[in-house]
Amino acid sequence: MSSPDIRKIWHYLVRYIDNFLLAGIFLLMLTGLIVLYSAAGGSHARVISQLINMVIACVVMWTVANIPPQQIMRLALPVYVLGIILLVAVALFGEIQNGARRWLNLGFVHVQPSELLKIAVPLMMAWYFDKAHITLRWRDYVVAALILLLPVLLIIRQPDLGTALLILISGFYVIFLAGLPWRILAGLVVAAAVSMPLLWNFGMHDYQRKRIMTMLDPSQDALGAGYHTIQSSIAIGSGGISGKGWLKGTQSQLDFLPEPSTDFIFSVFSEEFGLIGNSLLLSLYLIVIGRCLVITTKAPTRFARLVAGSISLTLFTYVFVNMGMVSGILPVVGIPLPLISYGGTSMVTILLGFGILMSIHTHPKLVKT
Amino acid sequence: MNEIVELRDHTQEIRSFRIRLAICAVVVVVLFVLLFSRFFYLQVLQSEHYTTLAEANRIAIQPLTPNRGLIFDRNGEILAQNYTAYTLEIIPDQVKNLGSAIDELATVIEITPEDRQRFNKLKRESTRFKSLPIRSRLTEIEVARFAENQYRFPGMDIKAYPLRHYPKGELISHVIGYIGRINDRDLEQLEADKRLKNYRGSTHIGRIGVEKSYEGALHGQTGFEQVETDAVGRSVRTLSRVAPVAGNDLTLSLDIGLQQAAVQAFGDYRGALVALDPTSGEILAFVSKPGFDPNLFVDGIDHANWRLLNESIDRPLNNRALRGVYPPGSTFKPFMALAGLELGKRSIRYSFSDPGFFSLPGSSHRFRDWKPGGHGWVDLHKSLVISCDTYYYMLAHDLGITNIHNFIGQFGFGKETGIDIPGEATGLLPSPEWKKKRFKQNWLPGDTISVGIGQGFNLATPLQLTFAMMLLANDGKAYRPHFVKQQVDHYKGLVEDSSAEEMYRLNVKQEYLDYVKRALADVTRPGGTASRAGANAAYTFAGKTGTSQVVNIKQGERYNASRINERHRDHALFTAFAPVENPRIVLTVLVENSGSGGSTAAPIARKVLDYFFLGKMPESAEKAG
Repeated sequence: MSSPDIRKIWHYLVRYIDNFLLAGIFLLMLTGLIVLYSAAGGSHARVISQLINMVIACVVMWTVANIPPQQIMRLALPVYVLGIILLVAVALFGEIQNGARRWLNLGFVHVQPSELLKIAVPLMMAWYFDKAHITLRWRDYVVAALILLLPVLLIIRQPDLGTALLILISGFYVIFLAGLPWRILAGLVVAAAVSMPLLWNFGMHDYQRKRIMTMLDPSQDALGAGYHTIQSSIAIGSGGISGKGWLKGTQSQLDFLPEPSTDFIFSVFSEEFGLIGNSLLLSLYLIVIGRCLVITTKAPTRFARLVAGSISLTLFTYVFVNMGMVSGILPVVGIPLPLISYGGTSMVTILLGFGILMSIHTHPKLVKT
Repeated sequence: MNEIVELRDHTQEIRSFRIRLAICAVVVVVLFVLLFSRFFYLQVLQSEHYTTLAEANRIAIQPLTPNRGLIFDRNGEILAQNYTAYTLEIIPDQVKNLGSAIDELATVIEITPEDRQRFNKLKRESTRFKSLPIRSRLTEIEVARFAENQYRFPGMDIKAYPLRHYPKGELISHVIGYIGRINDRDLEQLEADKRLKNYRGSTHIGRIGVEKSYEGALHGQTGFEQVETDAVGRSVRTLSRVAPVAGNDLTLSLDIGLQQAAVQAFGDYRGALVALDPTSGEILAFVSKPGFDPNLFVDGIDHANWRLLNESIDRPLNNRALRGVYPPGSTFKPFMALAGLELGKRSIRYSFSDPGFFSLPGSSHRFRDWKPGGHGWVDLHKSLVISCDTYYYMLAHDLGITNIHNFIGQFGFGKETGIDIPGEATGLLPSPEWKKKRFKQNWLPGDTISVGIGQGFNLATPLQLTFAMMLLANDGKAYRPHFVKQQVDHYKGLVEDSSAEEMYRLNVKQEYLDYVKRALADVTRPGGTASRAGANAAYTFAGKTGTSQVVNIKQGERYNASRINERHRDHALFTAFAPVENPRIVLTVLVENSGSGGSTAAPIARKVLDYFFLGKMPESAEKAG
């Protein structure tokens, strides 16, 4: 092949890719692989398997980035409906694992429909707002709230409070950015404050209450639920300013950390690379999220704005909740660190989001609804 | 118009959107700063604290348990040894439903109801976090079978322990004793003695016998290993190591062959035998019959066996030789004789005509001789050979209780001999002070008379009698009786011999000692009370028979062995030394509820002496050991 040919193919490939965002994503992924190697105790198998996850997720991202936003918008309703149907199916025929009914056996593959809803819900809500009257009315917010609450309630029932909360938050971002009047927002805050005690007493499972109690005082249950938080804090704290060095974290190498390659991978990173590493990683995330927000401000349509805003802020939420959890300022909920934690599903979901952002940013902004 | 409104709405919408997005961006930055401050707090301000915690997590000091010292008899025969035992242990705290978990375990490995009982008992006595044994002595097949199924049993694990084994079992249980699991009381004691550190990792401790008294020597020096451990406590690598030092190996003076001969000589009788070397105090044989299997106790005895031993009418757990107190009866007479001579109350030439009883002046109460009608003319020599009671009633009366108490106390009666195993009984050598204190009553002249023939308040252990006889046999040298002859100290790399310890020397005229010894030599010759036992002996031996009353015979009543309960019959006693000229062995035989010393105790002593001098093992229906 001649070099012009290669350039043509290359141009074709990166047409709808945002290079800035891509660079940030790759840096984070690379960090992830390096930490994973250490977290998995020097196992190549884990790293290779994660590499495959990344390749698959990148293909998904590329594919989605190549779909024009209008097409994506057209998919919003069918995907949402499919998601709801699957959730109902889970409630009826789902498999029980660890006391929760989250998985659906489709014969050839086990799927967790709640994962699909993470993307489908903001899409559907943005779609609805886009279709609504230019000046949004009371009724529109109520309908959007219903679109949001239906899957959230189904997921709470599984029970999977962590995922339900995340979807609730991503949906909330859509409603907020769509222009929810400030007084209603204030009213919601008051209502939430009032309902907290009620929720605590009647709406929560024992293990959920325990997690929150444990966050408030980990030493209360030092060998039980508080163990994870304490060990994770020890890992981070003993890392000091410059860290113990790659592969040299005693807490992670000697198995004191729970789930060192998934939910608690940040403790491994933190122990081995210290405050300096943490600052660099935080900055990198900040840059990536910043880029996402820039893309959001430039988005041409209401649908694109709302979807991009929700995806950007949800990404931030993941990072904040995960780091807050492992450093002991938030309760332990099973949320992976985006682009770094081991796991195919979350990798695909995250990169799917980036794909939508890229699609919004790179496709010609011709259409105006 | 409509167009304009829409356009204005559109720009306003974008403006409102951007404001809201900007608010969100500020929140993002603020929360990232919050995360950074949290990291700063953990990694800079609290870094030292968490580093300490991480080190504490990582490094564990693991004790290395030393091998317990071995115990041998004087000829090198092994009496206590170690082997590796596989024990299945459960940490109750880590098992959800203990009952059903054990039920499931029972499908893999045999768990008897006794095992469960023992486990439940241990569980009640210790904390939930402690690893407790449910089955010990697993076979290799059982170990493999459990290992295969281990994933099904969280909180259960197989541990390898060095375990104690006593190959001679019942034969020497009362000497060696046994070790048992360390309990909370032991821990308190160890803590108080500042020995607890050396017991980290130890599971057993000496309970009775040599195992207890030589605990300090046998246990050894615990080593330590600094290891890096993972979260489950498995060690990953060793950082430093101080090797343990095995406990001292002990060689006892005991001759297991002599011990065996003694047990066989007893046949079905219950009783005790103590034999020692009068030139050093070394114990040669130490029997309390019946015995028990000390191996039952090593891992905690189960309820059924415990009841069997504890409630048996034969009281196998009672160490008769060490703790059994009996009236010494006529075996007391040689010491009375020495008192009479030494204190000038009797001369060798003195003799009297024995009427067969003695009455205190002004009293009609008759202290009767064992032989109705008396023994005719009796001097001191004859009084010992035929064991005349009347002679000693009179002598006791003439000496008075204080003289008897003071003089005979020198032979060790009423005191501990200081033998090197714990639990020795002191016996009783009565005095007016003692009676006043014990009963708040004055000493009566009549009390003295019974003391003269070793009855009344008199009580002695077979060990004490042997000790007293040793003093007579070796002309007054009081050697401390002891079992341990030699220790091999692995720590210092030395072999230490326990030399004979002469505690004191008796001050009695040699002439008197020789006189009494000559009389005792005649006890085993024709005309003496032990003449049957002494017939055709290939060596010379001297001794004294005795009868120890179990129940008092009322005035005017006759003792009739066949008419009273077997358990109330008299105990037979014989204490002896041999050869007469140059004694190498002193021994005391006590046979419970068997009648007179001459007929049962002396023949047993003869058999044991035959083994000692001639190597002749007595025949026995039931081969002990």
